[in-house]
Amino acid sequence: MRRVVLFVLSYGLWLLLTLPGGDWPVYVVGAVLALLVAIFFGAEFTHRPLSFLNPRRWFWGIIYIPVFFWHMLVANLDVAFRVLHPACPVKPGIVKVKTVLKTDVAKAFLANSITLTPGTMTVDVDEDVLYVHWIDVLDDGEDVEANTKAIVAKFEKYLRRIFE
Amino acid sequence: MTEVTVVDIIGYIVIFVGVVFDLLGAIGLVRFPDVYNRLQSATKSVTLGTFGIMIGILIVAGFTPLGIKALICGVFLLLTAPVSAHALSRGSLRFGAKMWKGTVIDSYGKDKLGGPQIESEEGEAKESKEKDDEVA
Repeated sequence: MRRVVLFVLSYGLWLLLTLPGGDWPVYVVGAVLALLVAIFFGAEFTHRPLSFLNPRRWFWGIIYIPVFFWHMLVANLDVAFRVLHPACPVKPGIVKVKTVLKTDVAKAFLANSITLTPGTMTVDVDEDVLYVHWIDVLDDGEDVEANTKAIVAKFEKYLRRIFE
Repeated sequence: MTEVTVVDIIGYIVIFVGVVFDLLGAIGLVRFPDVYNRLQSATKSVTLGTFGIMIGILIVAGFTPLGIKALICGVFLLLTAPVSAHALSRGSLRFGAKMWKGTVIDSYGKDKLGGPQIESEEGEAKESKEKDDEVA
């Protein structure tokens, strides 16, 4: 079942990439490649392939996109300000944050989102603890609760609905 | 491309903004003090900048084969750039690249590497294995 979903996804991607279509070899090669991908990497794929069909997840996924882009834009303006400021005002440090997300996919997306948003970059993930490099640390950075509230909370509520 | 429509102009503006963010990212790469801050600048600005360029191409080209390829490139960039930044920063920490002396806290070093990996006040790391992240 996983392999079927993976095959459909990879073949769909191939069709998009080779969009004008063309002669029959284009489709055959794509099918063979997608089949190989499905056979070799199917075991690494998500364990619940049917959740791709859940419309509620897609709904929250689509809601998440503008939220994410807004934070990303703010992040970039913030970093741009620091870059252009004559004194280069940075107060960096690596802080710990905790997440309530359980699945690997959700944690991966959370880590990616953190990396792309305000002055934060995920360094490592260890169970429910994320180590985040922060360009402007809050106070002395020891307060895990406050860090979590500032960095993770705004994404968590969406990601939990999308992936769990 | 004989006449320029409003959609084209919007697309070019988006591309322009993307290029500006790319430029800022490159400036940050030079100005920030250590590996980790530089990665911040390089990942964020350059990802959004390049993604902006891709979206600009999509707007100008519309949903033609070119535009869709640009969109797919952009999405892959969004998914992969943070992963490489994460791998580079973790690798640097494990390798022993010290953090800038103005760094406030290093929880990771404290928990995993037996002590914060922060440069001493003199600006030179004690067990300096690489000179890449020197403070100017």
